[in-house]
Amino acid sequence: MGMRVVHSWLADFVDLPEDPAVVAHLLSDLGLAVESIERVGSSVSGVVTARVLRTERHPDAAKVHRVFVDAGDGVERHVWCGAFNMQPGDIVPLALPGTNMPDGRVIEPKPILGIRSDGMLCSSRELDLGVDHSGIMIMSPDLALGVPYGEALGLREEIVYDLDVLRNRPEAFGHVGVARDLAARLGQPLSWVASPSFLESGSGPRLAATVEIVDGARCGRFTTVVLSGIRVGDSPQWIASRLTAAGMRPINNVVDASNFVMLELNQPNHPYDFDTLGGAGFRVRVGRAGESIVTLDDVERSVDEHTLLICDAEDRPIGLAGIMGGQNTEISDTTTRVVLETAWFEPWGIMKSVQHFGLRTEASARFERGVDPRGVEAGVARFVEILRATCPDLVVHEGWCDESSAHLASPTTVDVRPQRVGALLGRPFTADEISALINPIGFGVEKTDGNSDLLRVFVPSWRPDCTLEIDIVEEIARLYGYDNLGTSIPKSTLPGSLTPIQHRRRSLRDVLHGLGVNEAMPHPFLAEGDLARVGLPEEAVRIVNPLVVGDDVLRTSLRPGLLHAIAFNESHRRSGLAFYEIGHVYPPSTEVLPAEREMLGVIVGGADASHAVRMWREISSAMGWGARLDQSDIPAGLHPTRSGTLSIGKSSVGVVGEVHPAVLNALGISGRCAVLELDLSAMLAIEPKIAQWKATSRFPSADFDLAFLVPEDVPADKIDKSLRQSAGSLLAAIELFDVYRSEDLVAARGLGYRIRIQASDRTLTDAEIGAVRVKCIEAVTKLGARLRD
Amino acid sequence: MIEQVAAVRAEAQTRIARAEDLDELKALSIELLGKKGSLSSLKSAMAGLGTVEEKKLVGQVLNEAMKAVESALEARQADLLNSELDERIRREAMDLTEFLQAPVRGRAHIVTQAWQRLEDVFIGMGFQIAEGPEVETDWHNFEALNMPPSHPARSMHDTFYVDHGAPGSTVLRTHTSPVQIRVMHSTKPPIYQVMPGRVFRNETTDSTHLAVFHQIEGLVIDKGITLADLAGTIEAFTKAFFGNDFGSRLRPSYFPFTEPSAEFDIRTPDGSWLELGGCGMVHPHVLRAGGIDPEEWSGFAFGFGIDRMAKERHGVSDVREMYTNDIRFIEQF
Repeated sequence: MGMRVVHSWLADFVDLPEDPAVVAHLLSDLGLAVESIERVGSSVSGVVTARVLRTERHPDAAKVHRVFVDAGDGVERHVWCGAFNMQPGDIVPLALPGTNMPDGRVIEPKPILGIRSDGMLCSSRELDLGVDHSGIMIMSPDLALGVPYGEALGLREEIVYDLDVLRNRPEAFGHVGVARDLAARLGQPLSWVASPSFLESGSGPRLAATVEIVDGARCGRFTTVVLSGIRVGDSPQWIASRLTAAGMRPINNVVDASNFVMLELNQPNHPYDFDTLGGAGFRVRVGRAGESIVTLDDVERSVDEHTLLICDAEDRPIGLAGIMGGQNTEISDTTTRVVLETAWFEPWGIMKSVQHFGLRTEASARFERGVDPRGVEAGVARFVEILRATCPDLVVHEGWCDESSAHLASPTTVDVRPQRVGALLGRPFTADEISALINPIGFGVEKTDGNSDLLRVFVPSWRPDCTLEIDIVEEIARLYGYDNLGTSIPKSTLPGSLTPIQHRRRSLRDVLHGLGVNEAMPHPFLAEGDLARVGLPEEAVRIVNPLVVGDDVLRTSLRPGLLHAIAFNESHRRSGLAFYEIGHVYPPSTEVLPAEREMLGVIVGGADASHAVRMWREISSAMGWGARLDQSDIPAGLHPTRSGTLSIGKSSVGVVGEVHPAVLNALGISGRCAVLELDLSAMLAIEPKIAQWKATSRFPSADFDLAFLVPEDVPADKIDKSLRQSAGSLLAAIELFDVYRSEDLVAARGLGYRIRIQASDRTLTDAEIGAVRVKCIEAVTKLGARLRD
Repeated sequence: MIEQVAAVRAEAQTRIARAEDLDELKALSIELLGKKGSLSSLKSAMAGLGTVEEKKLVGQVLNEAMKAVESALEARQADLLNSELDERIRREAMDLTEFLQAPVRGRAHIVTQAWQRLEDVFIGMGFQIAEGPEVETDWHNFEALNMPPSHPARSMHDTFYVDHGAPGSTVLRTHTSPVQIRVMHSTKPPIYQVMPGRVFRNETTDSTHLAVFHQIEGLVIDKGITLADLAGTIEAFTKAFFGNDFGSRLRPSYFPFTEPSAEFDIRTPDGSWLELGGCGMVHPHVLRAGGIDPEEWSGFAFGFGIDRMAKERHGVSDVREMYTNDIRFIEQF
């Protein structure tokens, strides 16, 4: 979460380098990353205060009138103006000719109707002072004339660092916390002095707001103090300007003082109009079903038993604890008595409420991370100090109420071994060095019984994150500077490598790329119906909280994504593409986790099943894989007469064939799609046999061709196997060179094989060749085929 | 007779020189040198000569003539072959720029390319590669990584939950860090591993953010590992992966699973800094969750996005473009 830190505010507590970039670098190096540096509140030069002397209509100008002003030099200046909201005597900002306006315009003495304009009167928006553009900005009547408007308004240019405050640095949500780090790094004392105690600063008669903490688990401390003599009005310009720079809107002196304390000391608090409080007291309790409260943002919010409420003594809800106050007790123009709440709420509960209401405020962001439970007094004192500047008659009443519950954390001490610090940071740190580094940020360091091998570290109450030795090690490293720790390389004796499975996965990719297949990376989430549309069962694990309503199915197949890629490209007139994906699928299971597996999916558009089979052959030969192709086991969603299942033993490891034509129709894909899918969790685990060398024969080979008429129900695979067996060890090569179908052949096709045989130790005789040929014919004939004439 | 031989020889040479193709030359060769050829018939006529000296003389002249004719035939044949080859070369000329066609090789996705380059650099630095499931238990993804159910840092991870097991028990992993825990359980230290993989965040996508993306995580656990070792490893990786003119720095940061924690930034040759990833010393709670005694062993971990490596390398302005599976995108790399 971001925190806007104002340079001048920090400078109250630490002597800063002048260059904001240097400050930003220091902050980043301390773990307070600066996302950006901004300059705000700068004024436009060339714009001065001027008094309106008189206005005059021109008979030929309907939308503009003539305004005569005095810019302090006694010269009557004439300007044309399109706004009519000024009266003679008003002080207005006048942009003199030559002024560069924030919107990029340059003011020129441009004549209208032949009469020149000696400048331009400005609205708030034109000067970047707000959004008001309804008329010219009317300024306070007692201002001097001819002075730069920024000076007249007390505008101060502020440099703002946008900090990314980390979870473990709650104190950096206050300017003092940030300054403390900087002072430590710069070797300066933090020049922050707590405001004089409010309890002693002119105590008025006893007037208390009682406190009853009902749900102590959610509220560790709750304090109240009653102040009277309040006159609600504007804050001084320097406070308004700091609040604005820090990103908060100035409201009135009471609310502004409250916000100022929060931003300075990270001590959120809430002022109530004391006279609106029922029973002059507070009850802190969780909500009840049916209760509701209208918060300051004018929204009625229903609460439940998870919401911590601030109620008045009559049990009426008056605020969402730690998040936002209620409208019923708001500070108004007529408020004269204020009761200030400063409390410590349990962070987790605040966080849950923030999520529940979807309402994150400056206060809740701080309570969520943990504010300083012991910083309450300083916060109240500063509130009184700030408010007294605009309310000189302010009275602090006796009757300060300070209730706490058992859930208020007690001070933490951590045992730290300097030897351990050195072992983790890579350089030795003595007890004294450690103390010198972290003492300036509030950590007390003591040697235990004079033993410098074990230190007792007292954690400041604003650092609730520090509970372990390692937390202190981090603080030491941070203050010492990560850059100063140097670099070294661990001396590993382990060899770096891919695992055999990872090696095989890379080989598989190489084969696929060689086959002309491109890698796609479709989304692993599917929409309702995607699986059914490709003919696959819809049973799947679902995402409970999907990003896009309906995209909640964890895929059980890579096929929908790849087919989508084919269809998408076809719609862009790119067809005949080959895509693969190697990715995980997540079928449901009854185990601890879904049956997640890695799969290969390949889809080739415009190609038929034969292409898929050839790819499988090429891949399996390259990878040293073997699997049984069973065309009687038709995979779901695939072409029933052109597909089959690949199995090893009893387990199915993939499918090969063509996508079902009905699926292609449904997806609007024209032409066929060859498909190959393999379960890589199974296949990549197979350790392939390493190919062993066979001597190539030096003797001549002999070829003979055999053409068979083979019934359609006898797979070519069987003929092939039979020929291989018959040729035995003499077989050098076998090629199916012709497949012939015609109307003359009933339920059969012609298959032509060229067989090459060769012996390793001799030239084969004609008799030997003839014998092999006869053996081949006899074996194939037994399968129901016959030799063609 | 000698004059006769000389005449036959002269005529043969003239005719050979005039032969216009190989067929004619072959016929001529038979005619001149064949059994019934003119020189052969002169050879048979030699039997009718008187003296031995005469026979010897004529025989010598005749042999010379035959050799001369033979070499003339060979020379002419070589000439004719050469001109035939020249002619063929001329005839079959090709314009090699006519053969433009779509690429036939397939390509790895640019994220896979970045993934493999990263793996290769880490392998060179002595790391092994580990993997883990994308659907994870809440325990591996959060609890073992020092994020118990009430830990506020959980809200930094916009988590996808799935309807598997007890409600809230199963998530799509929000980072590759749960693989650290799995590695610690399966491998005794020393551990030098990197863990690339797909991760999921329930975040609205834009030009730099995706709900499904890829990270690589590194884990080193050994005796005496220090924060300086982490800085040195990051520096060595930076130079190996980006180049020797790049550098790195660590800035303090916060992660629940490491302490001290850091962001690491890369310094480009032009001196600007890029935030790359997070890292830190493995938190003692995490080591214990992995079954490792933090008093005996220490370690560091680091992680960063893979998609960004691909995006920056190829100048892709919108990370979503990388996942359209548009062939016009894929073919560019």
